[in-house]
Amino acid sequence: MWSSTRTQSPRLQLFLLGVQSAIPIMAGYIPVGFAYGVLARQSGLSLLQSTAMSIVVYAGSSQFIAVSMLAGGGAVGAVISTTLLVNLRHLLFSASLAPYFRRFPSPVLAFLSFGITDETYAVGIGQYPDREPRGAQVLGLHLASYLSWIIGSCIGAAAGGIVGDGARWGLDFALPGMFIALLIGQIKDGITLIVAMLSGLISITLARFHSATWGVIPATIISAAVGVVFKQWIQRHSP
Amino acid sequence: MDSKTFALMLGGMFLVTYASRVLPIMVLSRLRMPQWLLNWLSFVPAAVLTALLAPAILMPDGSGDLILGLNNQYLIASIPTLVMAIRTRNLILSVAVGVVTMAILRYYPG
Repeated sequence: MWSSTRTQSPRLQLFLLGVQSAIPIMAGYIPVGFAYGVLARQSGLSLLQSTAMSIVVYAGSSQFIAVSMLAGGGAVGAVISTTLLVNLRHLLFSASLAPYFRRFPSPVLAFLSFGITDETYAVGIGQYPDREPRGAQVLGLHLASYLSWIIGSCIGAAAGGIVGDGARWGLDFALPGMFIALLIGQIKDGITLIVAMLSGLISITLARFHSATWGVIPATIISAAVGVVFKQWIQRHSP
Repeated sequence: MDSKTFALMLGGMFLVTYASRVLPIMVLSRLRMPQWLLNWLSFVPAAVLTALLAPAILMPDGSGDLILGLNNQYLIASIPTLVMAIRTRNLILSVAVGVVTMAILRYYPG
């Protein structure tokens, strides 16, 4: 795809490889960011404040929840504690990336981990086991995704009331569609398939009682633990 | 929103979000992890993806009700996406098929 690679340094090549893998994420982040920007303005934040939240917090679901709480007159403390709960799933992403990021020095690790989201995690973890990531590659993936989120939300906040709906073009399916394709890449054996189905089942069951984001953490912890037990049982009972 | 309250909220949201991203990777990447933990972590991606996907596709209106019929556009658009992902393993192509299907469903509702 990048035909002029011969003249580029390997580091730039890796960076561009990361940017390239962010293309489906950007296709989702720009319209979703736009929708956030529109809602943020409706909740009473200024253009600058709406964009600042995307730059500083950079977490889609908690930003949506935050502005809807603000629109409903929610208190600052409630917004922060909800953000904490919604983002607990990052703990799982971050822990799961740790085995692949061992060689990075601490400042690099601290910098790159700011860019961990549902989507950059999912794309990254699909690639890293095949090829240990280099800093430039992770930077390309994280930076391109980050900028597209900021650009989308800034345009949405600027557009304010003039709502053009990306859903008309099917763009609201970009992120679920990407998750489907990434999930297929993860199903490498029967145990993983069972773990995935169990996790979906638990998540749906919990989502019937609470909002969907709450079920992600218990569903993941429990189903991955069942996978560990199952794997050990199989290893013990195979010749 | 007045700028002082906003700054306080933004600072708090940043701290709790960044901490959840940086702490596990900082601690765990410096430790030698036992095999069961590595096994557990290896199941996390598939588990997280399905836990996020299942409610998004099967409960698209956010009310907590399962919608399993032809009136669920997310469910219908998932089928060609799934087929394309299994056959080609191509991320961009799979997403494109899903988005186009969704756009068609929106253009010809019902």
